Amino acid sequence: MTVDVIVAGRALWPVAIPLAGAALSMLVRRRQLLQRTVMEAAVVLMFFSAVSLLASLDPGQPAIMKFGGWGAPFGVTFVADQLSAALCTVAGMVALAVAVFARADIRARRRRAGFDPLFLAMLAAVNGAFLTGDIFNLYVWFELMLVTAIGLMTLDRRRAQIDGALRYAAMSMLGATFILIGIALLYGEAGTLDMADLSRTLAGHPPSVALSASAYLLLAGFALKAGLFPLFFWLPASYHTAPISVTAALAGLLTKVAFYACLRVFVVIFDLTGLPVVAGLPRLLALIAGATMLVSVIAAIAQADVRRLLAYHVMGQVAYLMMGLAIATIYGVAASIFYTMHTMLVQAGLFLCAGAMARANRGYNLAAAGGLMRDQPFFTALFAILALSISGVPPLSGFWAKFLVIDAALRGEGPWDAWLAVIALVTGILTLYSMSIVWTRGFWRTPDDERRSTRRIPGAMLLAIALLAASTIGIGLAVEPMARFSRESANQLQARAVTPIVEGVTR
Amino acid sequence: MTTIYAIVAAGMFGCGLYMVLSRNLVRMILGLSLLTTAVNLVLFQTGRMRSGQPPLIAEGATTLGNSADPVPQALILTAIVIGFALTVVMAALALRAYRDHATLRSDEIHSALDLGDSAAERNDR
Repeated sequence: MTVDVIVAGRALWPVAIPLAGAALSMLVRRRQLLQRTVMEAAVVLMFFSAVSLLASLDPGQPAIMKFGGWGAPFGVTFVADQLSAALCTVAGMVALAVAVFARADIRARRRRAGFDPLFLAMLAAVNGAFLTGDIFNLYVWFELMLVTAIGLMTLDRRRAQIDGALRYAAMSMLGATFILIGIALLYGEAGTLDMADLSRTLAGHPPSVALSASAYLLLAGFALKAGLFPLFFWLPASYHTAPISVTAALAGLLTKVAFYACLRVFVVIFDLTGLPVVAGLPRLLALIAGATMLVSVIAAIAQADVRRLLAYHVMGQVAYLMMGLAIATIYGVAASIFYTMHTMLVQAGLFLCAGAMARANRGYNLAAAGGLMRDQPFFTALFAILALSISGVPPLSGFWAKFLVIDAALRGEGPWDAWLAVIALVTGILTLYSMSIVWTRGFWRTPDDERRSTRRIPGAMLLAIALLAASTIGIGLAVEPMARFSRESANQLQARAVTPIVEGVTR
Repeated sequence: MTTIYAIVAAGMFGCGLYMVLSRNLVRMILGLSLLTTAVNLVLFQTGRMRSGQPPLIAEGATTLGNSADPVPQALILTAIVIGFALTVVMAALALRAYRDHATLRSDEIHSALDLGDSAAERNDR
């Protein structure tokens, strides 16, 4: 009986566990050790619920959770297909690493300020956005993500954090407005909010102003939240102000959720890879992706602060994801899915490395750093793995992710696809150059004052980074099954655009 | 009626966007809340305008007949709550920024941009 309930609601647990954990950790906030234990237990449980959800999926058949017994299009549903379940799992891994890292980074003062409940609520919102099958519900999860991210960003209540959070909140609220108008126009045109139902209603729909406006508004809103050109400037102005564990979680999760929303909305609802409801979108997406890649990587090279440098790379990596979508073929979408899983892990790992570097060097400024290779060989190796992975050096996951995207671009039919491939290669080389700046200044050279040695890096930090570095090696070595999995997920995503799920098949 | 409604919503969007572009933080927040209100008008309109038709199933009937669409009203309620919550959070941030920086002009608040910018940090000292 109990087992039945757990299995029937399996699409719900990745959201319900962190939400319950957030409430519980709020209740025990006066007892910090207990609070931290609740948070860590919730993160571990969430991770395992996501893994078991992924493992329990039958091929081609999503797990569906209908709230109140009302199926689509009347009620809100959670639909866990392969893509959703896989991204929940990866998000769970990022959350695990951040929770381990937080043991060394988030001290009593920050826990009192509410790190644990806010972090858990953010994870619930991230998983909710991955799992929901209703577009308005997606918007609600985005807003929950925004509120918790503001709270996390301002944990220390520093001037810079308040300023950064203000910029982030203002731009994100504007983006949310765009998304909401887009949803309103979509509802006015189709009369439903369920994404599979929307796709069925809009298939073969004649082009209309309302649909085009809705697509472009949704794109503007999600692109803003993903930090894409030309609406990116809030990201490098705010991410570096947060405590570094928080920055790692934001960088690994939030922009990718925004991209996931793009994937879901444009592939399933607007059928970008089949018969596009709105013409001209791929061209715009290609323009955005190309411009973001070049702008972000060039800006990254000019930075002297590790956090700011990495914040620009967050944008650059999202641009690669967008490039896969811009190609508008099944190969492109599959490559984007593979890239998303890779970049969530590596991006979070690099920010955690930045935190460990700051601990060792007493600051984030590269000009004052140095000596890490001499004093901390193990940490140096971990950083090297992650830095080489983001730059796309084989056999790490970054190489395969870039390989798949560029391969898809060269197979693409759009006249701009070849140019995108060229820009992606150039950006890859410049990313390597930018990482080599961090390497030579922070790790390779001896500090100006030779007797000064670096401080010891706590074991929790090393463990967290090692977890993410191991996963990028793992994906890189298991590339064949991972690529096949991305391909299947892309097929499943596209199939939902063609034949929406039949009512009552699973429950 | 629908046209008037649309024009009102468009006017509110225009005013809201104009105020968001302001350098004064309080005006920007008011602009954002005006924008969320304008969105609610658009949401309301997507259910098509009908008067005096509550979305209740008549006695003896099994389906909802000719009535107002209940979904947009549920959406608006949700959107109002979310918009209100975010406005309050923004206002709290603005208050804190005012206390920290002693100004409400957004171009004079640049501590986030200075953090990690070595040139600006040198000037600070």
